[in-house]
Amino acid sequence: MFKILKKEELSDLVILFEIQAKDIARKAKAGNFFVLRIHEQGERIPLTIADFDREKGTITTVFQKVGKTTHQLSTLNEGNFILDVIGPLGMPSHIENFRKVACVGGGVGIAPIYPIARALKEAGNTVISIIGARMKNLIFWEDKMRSVSDELIITTDDGSYGRKAVVTVPLDEHLREEKDIELVYAIGPAIMMKFVCITTQKHNVKTIVSLNSIMIDATGMCGVCRVEVGGETKFACVDGPEFDGHKVDFDLLMSRQRMYIDEEKVAQERYKEKVEVK
Amino acid sequence: MEGKEEKEKEKKKKKKNRIKMREQDPLARAKNFMEVPYGYKPEEAVGEAFRCLSCLKPTCRNGCPVSVDIPAFIKLIKEGKFIKAAWKIKEDNALPAVCGRVCPQEIQCESLCILGKKGEPVAIGNLERFVADYEAEKGEIQIPEIPGPSGRKVAIIGSGPGGLTCAAALIKSGHQVTLFEALHKPGGVLMYGIPEFRLPKVIVEREVEYIKKLGVEVVLNAVIGKLHTVDELLHDQGYDACFVCTGAGLPIFLGIPGENLNGVYSANEFLTRANLMKAYLFPEYDTPIKRGKKVAVFGGGNVAMDSARVALRLGAEKVYLTYRRSEAEMPARKAEVHHAHEEGIEFLLLTNPLRFIDDGKGNICGVECIKMELGEPDASGRKKPVPLKGSEFQIEIDVAIPALGTRANPLLTQTMSDVKLNKRGYIVAEEGTGMTSKTGVFAGGDIVTGSATVILAMGAGKKAANAINEYFKWKYW
Repeated sequence: MFKILKKEELSDLVILFEIQAKDIARKAKAGNFFVLRIHEQGERIPLTIADFDREKGTITTVFQKVGKTTHQLSTLNEGNFILDVIGPLGMPSHIENFRKVACVGGGVGIAPIYPIARALKEAGNTVISIIGARMKNLIFWEDKMRSVSDELIITTDDGSYGRKAVVTVPLDEHLREEKDIELVYAIGPAIMMKFVCITTQKHNVKTIVSLNSIMIDATGMCGVCRVEVGGETKFACVDGPEFDGHKVDFDLLMSRQRMYIDEEKVAQERYKEKVEVK
Repeated sequence: MEGKEEKEKEKKKKKKNRIKMREQDPLARAKNFMEVPYGYKPEEAVGEAFRCLSCLKPTCRNGCPVSVDIPAFIKLIKEGKFIKAAWKIKEDNALPAVCGRVCPQEIQCESLCILGKKGEPVAIGNLERFVADYEAEKGEIQIPEIPGPSGRKVAIIGSGPGGLTCAAALIKSGHQVTLFEALHKPGGVLMYGIPEFRLPKVIVEREVEYIKKLGVEVVLNAVIGKLHTVDELLHDQGYDACFVCTGAGLPIFLGIPGENLNGVYSANEFLTRANLMKAYLFPEYDTPIKRGKKVAVFGGGNVAMDSARVALRLGAEKVYLTYRRSEAEMPARKAEVHHAHEEGIEFLLLTNPLRFIDDGKGNICGVECIKMELGEPDASGRKKPVPLKGSEFQIEIDVAIPALGTRANPLLTQTMSDVKLNKRGYIVAEEGTGMTSKTGVFAGGDIVTGSATVILAMGAGKKAANAINEYFKWKYW
């Protein structure tokens, strides 16, 4: 059992939990994720480790309410327990001094891009961060991102905050005007990562993405998270989740993400009914 | 006179045939996840036990990888001492209810039974299962006396059959034993792989409870290699030895076009969803699974049989079992092949898949196969299947499950740079002891041999426990 020490509602849909998990905190690195299961009937879902505190023995995660499990998770409060927390999983981000990098976070992807931006900054890089979301109330961690970035650009699709644009617009401008960015890191919805990759490919700038495929065990034993990278099948949970974005088959990733769309709806509706009856 | 002879004949025939276990009707059971055989009643068990000749030089015991004293426990059944019989087995085997159900007895203990020469061998597996269940039902679980603490600590990595067996043996030697498991439930393949209808999960839980009662500490959700490394366990956490028994959990795919379409599952994924996550109870349980109408499973082992029979129970109208050799070469347990036939699974033998067909929306809608014929024996001694040119055909399916076996999962071994691996990524360990190239680290089960059986992993666990005891005595490597 893993205790929730802190809960913060970053927006209507985005929640932050700080979870007591001493052993995981001791080993966590930027780019790692973990798997959780709320209760005995629950499913296992992967979430990114957005921060960790080795002294306090805690990990921090940020998630968006999208389906049954994340909605149910959001009803837990400080002092409540999560049944299973498993990690740290996946390969950590490859951090070194590339001189100048761009970190792009979309929606809830702002959370996992933060520890990477921080690690890149600590490694001596100049960090340009671009964070974007559909609208103002989905933007969070502006201050945190600013604290690890040399420059921070905020975009919203509807223009309710920052620049009215998608993240690829300022990214494209930057790559066109200043040809000194050596590496781009992008985390967000698959469609966003796909378009970031299309943008950076034009400028021939290496791009790392963190793939969010469906997972169960997340230790490499089932292959549900398989993705195609450079024509080869890889397991995102153990070979990734970070890959060279220019080699990723994003259409396959998006198709596989939709595999259980009908079942997800059934679970969500049933959960809503149950909650309403209560 | 004639009548008497008839009677004698009848009696002899009876002696030749074992007492069958009653089973659920095939058509009824194909729709539920309840166990197929019901188990013996006490009088049936006694009747079967009396078929045993109590050989002066029993050979059956040699066929058991953990050397259960078979004649002794059968003798106790004859005397009606069922609980004592269970304890007798537990001296050598911590998981009798599991082994009685899933061991391939026809190639182990029962294959060496003298009665098998002229009739059916004694149903040793059925008897083992009976006494284990009887003991559990009557609630008389006996905890053997355990010697005082030795002061030694052993870490066992992986709580499958090998890890559980090793843990049970070491705790009985007085060591402090911790069993680390990556998943949220202990049992390894017993929990995620073998389905409910063959091995009810309450039975696995019961046997793990027994091992906990012996004093073994079970730590779940601990992915060794990520959470702790073997070096950390040995140097920072004070463990004196490690036994690595992580299995071969990396699925093999066919490597044919269309394998990443939606609806194509590795058998590991399909069975993990169904068994560990109880997806067959969706939406009571949150994990979904595709309930295919027409399902094809590829392979001929136990995992293939299990996958096919799970698919059937999830409501499939048609389940094809495609295998590139003929039924005689199938590695699956005979009883399971028989059950699969009875339940209406269609066997497509001498058939190999070539590609999966896309419905245009990223889902599988069919498979193209080719017929095979058996040629010369290959390196494994089995006749090699060769494709028959021009015999391609297509079948319509919406779920495909390759069950071709597994390979070594590198998640742990890649963090053990000083442990020697073979070319295929398996740990190199001495046969008989499980000693690896690293002092204090033992290994056994599928991570050494590649995918094998439950009982062989248990045998490896037992041997490693003996070797660890020797190591503690002499500290010699």
